[in-house]
Amino acid sequence: MEFWYSEKHTENVYLSIKVDKQLFSKESRFQRIDVFESLEFGKFLALDGYMMLTEKDEFIYHEMITHVPMAVKPDTTDVLVIGAGDGGVLRELIKYPTIKRIDVSEIDEEVVAVCKEFLPNTACGFEDKRVNIYYQDGMKFIRRHIEEYDLIIVDSTDPFGPGEGLFTKEFYGNCFKALKEDGIMVNQHESPFYEEDAAAMKRAHKRIFDSFPLSKVYQAFIPTYPSGHWLFGFASKKLHPVHDMNPQKWEALGIKTRYYNTNLHKGSFYLPNYVEEMLENVE
Amino acid sequence: MILLDQNRAPIYEALEELKTLHIVPFDVPGHKRGKGNKDLTDFLGQKCLSVDINSMKHLDNICHPTGVIKEAEDLAAQAFGAKYAYFMVNGTTSAVQSMVLYSLKRGDKIIMPRNVHRSVINAFVLCGAIPVYINPQINSELGISLGMSYNDVVKAIEQNPDAKAVFVNNPTYYGICSNLKQITQLAHKHNMLVMVDEAHGTHFYFNDNLPISAMAAGADMASVSMHKSGGSLTQSSLLLCGDNINVDYMRQVINLTQTTSGSYLLMSSLDISRRRLFLHGKEIFDTVIELSQYAREEINDIGDYYAYSKELVNNDTVFDFDVTKLSINTSGVGLAGIEVFDLLRDEYDIQIEFGDLENILAYISVGDSDKNIEQLIGSLSEIRRRYKKPRTSALKHEYINPVVEMSPQEAFYAKKVSMDIKSTAGHICGEFVMAYPPGIPILAPGERITEQIIDYIVYAKEKGSLITGPEDMTIKNLNVLIGGR
Repeated sequence: MEFWYSEKHTENVYLSIKVDKQLFSKESRFQRIDVFESLEFGKFLALDGYMMLTEKDEFIYHEMITHVPMAVKPDTTDVLVIGAGDGGVLRELIKYPTIKRIDVSEIDEEVVAVCKEFLPNTACGFEDKRVNIYYQDGMKFIRRHIEEYDLIIVDSTDPFGPGEGLFTKEFYGNCFKALKEDGIMVNQHESPFYEEDAAAMKRAHKRIFDSFPLSKVYQAFIPTYPSGHWLFGFASKKLHPVHDMNPQKWEALGIKTRYYNTNLHKGSFYLPNYVEEMLENVE
Repeated sequence: MILLDQNRAPIYEALEELKTLHIVPFDVPGHKRGKGNKDLTDFLGQKCLSVDINSMKHLDNICHPTGVIKEAEDLAAQAFGAKYAYFMVNGTTSAVQSMVLYSLKRGDKIIMPRNVHRSVINAFVLCGAIPVYINPQINSELGISLGMSYNDVVKAIEQNPDAKAVFVNNPTYYGICSNLKQITQLAHKHNMLVMVDEAHGTHFYFNDNLPISAMAAGADMASVSMHKSGGSLTQSSLLLCGDNINVDYMRQVINLTQTTSGSYLLMSSLDISRRRLFLHGKEIFDTVIELSQYAREEINDIGDYYAYSKELVNNDTVFDFDVTKLSINTSGVGLAGIEVFDLLRDEYDIQIEFGDLENILAYISVGDSDKNIEQLIGSLSEIRRRYKKPRTSALKHEYINPVVEMSPQEAFYAKKVSMDIKSTAGHICGEFVMAYPPGIPILAPGERITEQIIDYIVYAKEKGSLITGPEDMTIKNLNVLIGGR
C-alpha cells in the first residue's frame, strides 16, 4: 500500500509527499482542515487541500515573516497578527521581551485547536500572557483600529478561499490606518514563479505599493510551497528594510534562529531580475 | 386545489430526458447542439449549447403551452400563490407591457405614481392609454422618491372615476413599499384593475419577514423579475395573474409582442429557480436579510454613511421597507453616490448596482458571502478615510405636477421639431426627460413644457444630476410637437 498527498501546483505540476497516515480531517465553517503524518516532512497541515506548513520546513517561513520586520524596528511594542492560526509567528514573536501586546485575528478557531493538538512545536505561543486572540475576520478586526500597532503581520492563506479579502486594496488601506506613524506591515506575498501565482503576487504588490509610501519585496526558499521560491512583502510608513536595520542591535538580543541572520536579511531583498521586472511593471 | 409536487421541474426534466434520446437534429437552431459553432461552444460550454433548442414534441411551445411548459407554469403559479403564472422570455419589460395592453385600450386612463419605470410609459405608446400621475413624494434628506400615499390614490380615484386601472411600484429600486393591500381594496371597490411592478420583489413570496407580495395583497397582475432576486437567467421573468384575469386572453396579449422562439435556457432557468425558491426560499432570504442587516450596522458604524432601513416607515409613503436592499446615503461623506460607485469600481474592484447623486445601492443576494460583505464595508471605510470632503449643498428636489395634454402615443407619432430648450416653454414635449436622482420623469411625451420645468432641468443638470431620455444627449435641445402651442 502507498498513500500519497498530492497538491496541484499548476495544471501540469504536482508535488507529492508520501504519507504514513492521516491524523485529522474536518470541514470547518470556513475550510477543510487536514493533518497528515509523513516520512520526509514530519506532520503537516493542509487547508482546502493546500499545504500550509510542515514540521520540517515551517521554521523558514515563520522566521522570515517575523525577524525581518523586528530587526528593522526592534523597539516594537504592539503587534497585530492576522491569520497565523498555526501559531508559528507567535512562537517567534514571544522571543522579544520588548513586545507588550500581540493581538491575533484568526477567522477559524478550529485551525488553532487542531494545531495545538497535532503541531505543538509550532503552536506553542498561544499561552503567552501578551497574546490576545480574536476569532474574527481580519478584514473586520482591522477596521476598528487606528494608529495602534508598530507591526502588522499578515500570515494569510492564498488569495482564494477564506484569505481572499486579505489581498485587497481596502484591507491594505485599513492596515495603513491601523499602524503608528513609523509602522510596518509584512505579508505572505505568494510566488513569482508559476504564472497564476505570479499574477496574484503582482496584484498584491500593486495594491500595497499604492497604499504605502514604501513597499519592498523579499524572498526565501520554502521547499513545500509551489516552486519553492517564496516572497514576502515589506510595506512601511517610514522605515527602510535594509538602510534602517541595525545588525548589531538585533544580534545583541541573542535570539536563536535556524534560517534568519542579518546578512541574509540584507540579501533577501536582492531579487532575481525577472522578479524585479514584474514588480517594476506594476509600480 | 390539488397540491402539485414542487420537487419537480418539468422543463428541466424534459431537457434532461432529451439528452438521452440522441435525436438527430434537422431543425433550428443551426448550431445543432453547438457542433456547428465551436467558438461559441468553447465559450459557453457544451452543456449549455446542448439545451439551446427549439420547441418540439415533448418540449411544448411557449405560445400555446399544453405540456411541460404548462406544467411548469402551474407549479410556478402555485408557488407564488397566483391563479396563473406566465413564463416570460422577453424580460420584465414585456411583462409590464402585457399588463398594460391587457387592461387598457386607446383613451383609457390609468392612475400611477410618477416614478414608474420607463417601460410603463413606453407601453402607453403602444396602446394609447393616458396616464394620471400621483406625486410619489420625496424624502429630501436622502434624495429618494417614495411610495404612493393612500390618500393621494383616494383623491386621484375621486377625480378620475372613469380610470380603468391603478399601477403600483412595489418595492421601488430603493426598497420602499406602498400600502398595497389597502390601495388594491380601494381600486377594486371602484372596479379598477391593480397591476404591480414587482421587478424587485420576487423574494417577497418566499419569506415571512418581508413586505407583503402583490398576489397576497390581492392585486390582479404582477411583473416579477425572477432574474433579480430569484436567481434565474437575465431576461427571464414571470407575469403573475389573480382571479379577475382571463388567462386565455392574457396569453393572446403576451403573444402580440413575445418571441415565438422561446429560449429553453431561459425557461429551464425559471423552472429550476422556482423549485429552488419554493424548497429553500425561506433559508435563502433569511441569509440575505442577515447579511444586509450586518452590512447596514457595520456601515453605519463607520460614520458619515447612512444605510437606511425600517426606521423610514411612516405607514404611508413608506408603508414598508425591503430589508434585503442595502441602500446607502453618501452625502455625509461629501461624495455623490455616483462618485462612490466609481471609486468602488476603479479603486477596489467592486461593482455595485447603481449610484445616484446621493445614494448607492449594493445588491445583496444568496450568492454573497461574509467575505464579500467585509470587502464592501472595508472599501467604504477606506473611501471615507481617503476621499472625504465637506458636505455640499444637496439638490433641492421639487415635484412638478405634469400637465398631460395628449396620450404618449399621439405625441410619439406626431410631427416634431428640435428647439433650444430655453425657448420651449408652452410647447408640448415629444420625448422623455428623466433625472437621476431622484429617478422621476420630468417630462414624458405629450406633456406641456413650462418655465418651471425648464428651470428645474437646468438646475438639476448643474447640480450633477444625470439627465437622460432626449435625442440630444447634451440636453441643449428638446424635441417638441409642431403646432402644439
